[in-house]
Amino acid sequence: MSASIPALVYFSSKSGNTHRFIQRLGLPALRLSAEMDQLPFPQSPYVLICPTYADGEGRGAVPKQVIRFLNDPERREGILGVIGAGNRNFGATYGLAGRIIAQKCNVPLLYTFELAGTDTDIARVRAGLEKLGRHPCSTAA
Amino acid sequence: MKDMTETKIPRAINWNRLDDEKDLEVWNRLTVNFWLPEKVPLSNDIPSWATLTDHEKQLTIRVFTGLTLLDTIQNAVGAPSLMPDAITPHEEAVLTNIAFMEAVHARSYSSIFSTLCSTKEIDEAFRWSEENPHLQAKAKAILDTYAPGNDPLKRKIASVFLESFLFYSGFYLPMYWSSRAKLTNTADLIRLIIRDEAVHGYYIGYKFQRGYEKLSEAEQQEMKDYAFGLMFELYGIENQYTEELYDELGLTEDVKVFLHYNANKALQNLGFEALFPPEVSEVNPAILAALSPDSENHDFFSGSGSSYVIGKAVATEDEDWDF
Repeated sequence: MSASIPALVYFSSKSGNTHRFIQRLGLPALRLSAEMDQLPFPQSPYVLICPTYADGEGRGAVPKQVIRFLNDPERREGILGVIGAGNRNFGATYGLAGRIIAQKCNVPLLYTFELAGTDTDIARVRAGLEKLGRHPCSTAA
Repeated sequence: MKDMTETKIPRAINWNRLDDEKDLEVWNRLTVNFWLPEKVPLSNDIPSWATLTDHEKQLTIRVFTGLTLLDTIQNAVGAPSLMPDAITPHEEAVLTNIAFMEAVHARSYSSIFSTLCSTKEIDEAFRWSEENPHLQAKAKAILDTYAPGNDPLKRKIASVFLESFLFYSGFYLPMYWSSRAKLTNTADLIRLIIRDEAVHGYYIGYKFQRGYEKLSEAEQQEMKDYAFGLMFELYGIENQYTEELYDELGLTEDVKVFLHYNANKALQNLGFEALFPPEVSEVNPAILAALSPDSENHDFFSGSGSSYVIGKAVATEDEDWDF
């Protein structure tokens, strides 16, 4: 079953919220971090999970390393959809990185969760990714 | 008597040589987000204030004096108590910003009061805050942890719980009014405070994690037990505080769910797992919408939530992403 689940790429800074989300999700995933020079290259179509770092005006929402990753056309080509992370306490900019990436890359914003996610978020994302693996075309709906 | 100890002169801070990139990231975020209460047109709330009952007005003022006390503690004691524990000079500088913004927050409540309330009402509420046993108990629990000589990591735990948990029994009310289209300018100001507290909780929690990962397994267990123990103690106080404030409006259960949700987020800031299960932490959607207006929760997977918007072009330049 898990063979049909799309690959995952995620960004997590040293505060590690998104990393903990991925650990609990229990699916293989490639990590982007601010410290790395060499970016990973996904071998198959993937879903990107990205936290938000926006200031009060929404600037700087998408981490630089994610921009670098997506600015490479070959890496960008494989993106199926994006899952945004953030904190509702940031008001209107909550999960903004997910919305920006969805617009820029012309892919659906699949889900948004806060910090390291709740158990409900984990269950929904896992079920959603399995569904996406079975019906990849449904994202065009 | 002459002080025989040698005066320790700090090294001049060099922001071009960072030990921890997070310090600069958070400094930039905090300074860009700087604001003052004068920015918010609070007087537009005067007609709305007049629609509240006397009890609702009293509750609102009391809740805000409670928040003022927490901000005062964090400004005068909390953030300064973290400074001697700072690992980098940049961390110390960030903490001075945090301390100052807490003073701005405390000052903001007085701006709300002077715009909306009479001197008599204000004085009565401040007297209430000095006498309310639950409010005093939570202040004492935090201050005991901040005391000199206490463990630096335990101080950070208390600080994160104040920033990310204890404020929320109070923040609930302006979000509730806002969800009913009342005191919406006041809610705008409170959202600025909430935004700042989120960065503070995140940063202090991050620094806690850096210290925690250096502990032995046994020490980590002891520290985690301490954190959950303190959370239980504060949660008990918050429950009573919430009942006393919100029973009359019938909002207590709704507020308690909000407490669970925020307790879980406070623990996540420390790198720990959630304490309260999802079924008691699903916050009233109207309150969530008041917290983060214009940012609906997307769940494309289950078919709920709004449909996504597709852009026209694909950007390839870094600056294009900065919007």
